[in-house]
Amino acid sequence: MISITDLSFAYPGSSFRLRVESLTVAAGQSLALLGPSGVGKTTLLRLMTGLLQPHTGEVKLGAVSLSRLNETDRRAFRLSDVGLVFQDFALLDYLTVEENILLPQRFRKEHSNAVTLQAVRGLAERLEIDKHWGKLAGQLSQGERQRVAIARALAHRPRFLFTDEPTASLDAVRREVVMDLLQDYIHENQACLIMVTHDTELISRFPIHAKVEDYTS
Amino acid sequence: MISAALYLAWRYVARHRLQTLLLAGALALVIALPLCLRVLVQTTELAMRHRAVSTPQLIGARGSALDLMLTALYFKRQPLPPITMMHLQGLRESGLGKAIPLDVRFHAQESPIIGTEIDYFGFRGLHLATGQMITRLGDCVLGARVAQRRGLKPGDALFSSQEQVFDIAGVYPLKMRIRGILAANGTPDDDAIFVDLKTVWLIQGLAHGHDDVVATKDAVLKTESGNTVANASVRMFNEVTEANLNGFHFHGDQSGYEISAIIVVPKDAKAEALLAGRYLKSTSPVQLIRPSEEFDALMNTLFQVQTLALAVMALTLGAALAIAALVFALSFRLRRREFATLGDVGVSPFALTLTKLFEVVIVGAGGVIIAASLTLLVQINAPSWVRWLLA
Repeated sequence: MISITDLSFAYPGSSFRLRVESLTVAAGQSLALLGPSGVGKTTLLRLMTGLLQPHTGEVKLGAVSLSRLNETDRRAFRLSDVGLVFQDFALLDYLTVEENILLPQRFRKEHSNAVTLQAVRGLAERLEIDKHWGKLAGQLSQGERQRVAIARALAHRPRFLFTDEPTASLDAVRREVVMDLLQDYIHENQACLIMVTHDTELISRFPIHAKVEDYTS
Repeated sequence: MISAALYLAWRYVARHRLQTLLLAGALALVIALPLCLRVLVQTTELAMRHRAVSTPQLIGARGSALDLMLTALYFKRQPLPPITMMHLQGLRESGLGKAIPLDVRFHAQESPIIGTEIDYFGFRGLHLATGQMITRLGDCVLGARVAQRRGLKPGDALFSSQEQVFDIAGVYPLKMRIRGILAANGTPDDDAIFVDLKTVWLIQGLAHGHDDVVATKDAVLKTESGNTVANASVRMFNEVTEANLNGFHFHGDQSGYEISAIIVVPKDAKAEALLAGRYLKSTSPVQLIRPSEEFDALMNTLFQVQTLALAVMALTLGAALAIAALVFALSFRLRRREFATLGDVGVSPFALTLTKLFEVVIVGAGGVIIAASLTLLVQINAPSWVRWLLA
């Protein structure tokens, strides 16, 4: 479960204010963060993952209160329990598709585990990137890069999945494939999914929506 | 975590191998240069010292002792003022030691022609690899490298070079008969052509051979008080053969004939001291030097130059390291987003620092490996390169 209580945040020297009194996403549920560009969706996502620190309030991922962890522990927590899909994919161009996907596991020494490898292979097949397995990330198209980023976020089977526009570079067919995959994943693993999106066609897939402009001033 | 950081660093370096190689190569050069310089200087010193130490004393015209040593021992092309055979005779008459004359004034195809006596071969421990020793006027034996470089063998011939191209009244080149090839010994002797002193004087023009003037009466212009003056139809010989050998003759007093230097091997320490004292006077036209002392003086000068060069190279190394540090700093700055992403994924700051450190270490290690390989290459080849440099 993800819960936010009395969270407030502002960038120094900016009039932007974000305030969330209460927001809860249960295990196995997904939440869509909606709103126009620049409204603060990504900021809220970063606050929920501990990449930004709120001025007040608390973000809890499961039993862990992020504000009570120091930076090192927050990083360790993200490495083991959080999956992130960045808006710009954030792949390392000098690594292959396989190496990018297994990067978090490599730092957890699980990259050569046979079970992990088999699961990751299955994930890549479903996302149709298995044929690019040995290619460098820098040689991929935008859509392929986006799917690699999704595979990397899911590869270590995180309990909390945060995605920022994960289907922006995909065609309609692949968008449905990715959404099916993400929703299957949270149901099978009782994980939580938070997705920032502009795509109104995807809203129907989310039982809970949050309009971020309601939290900002 | 360490293995992951190392892996990430290695992958980055491997992906950007050209830039890495350039950086490592630049580092390698500044590391290897002073090392290679030291190796070359040490090898040169070793190669030259043995010859200097094994030559007890050397006599030559007063002037630069260094020139005398370099010319008489290493056959460098120095315009050495000559001394006369009178000095050799005086030395032999003194009975203070063995005297071996040397003439280093002439060349054949860029190789020095060394006029000497048979004692020189024993003194330097030179042995024939093939053929025979010099037996008569016009014969020569070749150093191993001269023979190898020019593809010469016993029975072939070699012409002496004209020392002054524009001296049309000068002496014609002498066609010398190659009698033997010396075994290689890794010294300047390998690059020399050895002849008898008389052959040198023949090259110099102090001796000559020609048709019998008396027999060819048409050529005689006049006869005055026993001297016959002939016209240009009399053939001068530019080669000594069995048939014309007896026609060669020397003019003038041989004690006034020129040589370049005399190697002196004193019979004992007392003789050595007496000889040293004999040539101390600054008014004497000749000087006696101890090659080992001159060599030490030369090495001291070289050492000072080397120290200066090493200091400059150390500064260059410092500058190169500073530039390399700047390159890394700029590279890490340009890749800030990449490291931020790794941090967002959950990679610890320590692991990120390790990754950067490993990149520096890999490039540095690459530089050191290339530098070590270069130095090893120079060390292996230094003896032959030094021989070539000294030739």
